[in-house]
Amino acid sequence: MLAVQIKAKEEILPLVSSKRIFIFECLGCHDVYYPVEEAQKLIDSIDQEIVGRATLDYLCHADYDREYIKAYAREIERAEVILVFSCGVGAQVVSSLLDDRKVYTCCDTLYLAGFQGLTAKEFDCDQCGECYLNYTGGLCPVALCSKNLLNGPCGGSQGGKCEVDPDMPCVWQEIFDRLAGLGQLETMDRLGPPKKWNVSPA
Amino acid sequence: MKTKSNLERVLESGHFAVTGELGPPASADAGVIRKKAKLLKGNVDAFNITDGQTAVVRMASWAAAVMGKEEGMDPIVQMTCRDRNRIALQMDVLGISALGINNMLCLTGDHQKFGNHPAARGVYDLDSIQLLRMVRDMRDEKRFQCGDEMAVEPRLFIGAAENPFADPFEFRVPRLAKKVEAGADFIQTQIIYNLDKFAEWMKGVRDRGLHERVKILAGVAPIKSLGAARYMKTRVPGMDVPDSVIERLQKATSKEQVSREGINLCVDIIKRVREIEGVAGIHLMAIEWEEVVPEIIGAADLLPRPVFAE
Repeated sequence: MLAVQIKAKEEILPLVSSKRIFIFECLGCHDVYYPVEEAQKLIDSIDQEIVGRATLDYLCHADYDREYIKAYAREIERAEVILVFSCGVGAQVVSSLLDDRKVYTCCDTLYLAGFQGLTAKEFDCDQCGECYLNYTGGLCPVALCSKNLLNGPCGGSQGGKCEVDPDMPCVWQEIFDRLAGLGQLETMDRLGPPKKWNVSPA
Repeated sequence: MKTKSNLERVLESGHFAVTGELGPPASADAGVIRKKAKLLKGNVDAFNITDGQTAVVRMASWAAAVMGKEEGMDPIVQMTCRDRNRIALQMDVLGISALGINNMLCLTGDHQKFGNHPAARGVYDLDSIQLLRMVRDMRDEKRFQCGDEMAVEPRLFIGAAENPFADPFEFRVPRLAKKVEAGADFIQTQIIYNLDKFAEWMKGVRDRGLHERVKILAGVAPIKSLGAARYMKTRVPGMDVPDSVIERLQKATSKEQVSREGINLCVDIIKRVREIEGVAGIHLMAIEWEEVVPEIIGAADLLPRPVFAE
């Protein structure tokens, strides 16, 4: 079962102001709780040109996503911002495949029990219910930083590796690199507030 | 003056500040604290008491700080997010202020994997930047993190750490800016051996005017042996020990000579960082080697320390 909730338009609208938009929407999971009406309401509140919208299955699967991206290549090319309506895994996979594009998630993932997405091993979602991907270039520090840091790398990040395990990449180095590539390093200056650990039932 | 901190007073009066460091024992032995405090007294303006450094169980920082206070010193309680959630952190902040402690240092903390209880669950409810903002709001807004008001606020001079040698280097000045924005009054840096890199970082700090908003204390430490130097160079994450440092120590002919050269090197580094615009003092970490602190501070021409009338 999957349960997501749609983010408040106050979080999304500043990200899409005067930009052409492409929308990915995922309805893949069995037993999915995907709030169709709220999603449509958020989309309706966006006063920008929507150049394309793809409603698909299993955005969490990178192989599928490569095909989707090919199929919608022209629309995606025209878009300045890609909005993803899916669980955190789907949003991370799309971000990783379109790592030179601004990809934002419109959902907070609350629950993924029993079905962790098809590439959950590489793209972890902790179902924290307060999705952070819009501030991190689509890479999740909640799931992938050893200290759950929300304000950038600690003093132990060296050579792209985490001090806790030399085989593990420092996700904040990866976030820095991706935001640098997107010309969005100022996002790193944001003071990330304390997380609400009580949002998710998971 | 925001607080009764001696460190704040030294810095505000324009003196080049000296802080030291005291590691509490891995036992209930109060004598160790008193002995080390006596070694530091008169040689430093304030001293940090580590909070389970390298995630090894040691006496609580606040408890050791109370003993340091009783010895007539100005302790800086280190507080990490590794072992406490926001509830426990705020309770400790109230407690140390009520006990008369004037300074605290906000840290995320060394990961539990490195310590003697690697099976422990890390807390990390907040990170160091969120902790800074929370303590500042407690002091300046009289508010808990949840927004509730309190009657009597904690009066603490608030510090943070920064490592100019960690990656990505380009984020190390912006990260300092975040800590200043969050509420840091003073910063203690990672131990400096690579002076060129530190100078480059300080240039970035000055370019953003951060040295005018926060007091920066340059981290220094004497090296006791070649083994320690090599260990720091290769095994300690976030440490930058240039080859020239190892080579300088290698020229010494005996163990005693290496230690002597380690002390000389430390004094040289203090003199060099003092020349860098925007450096407001040093933080001397002579961990388990506290007896050399008076000699180093003296050789660096930093004695006597300023004394203020009550």
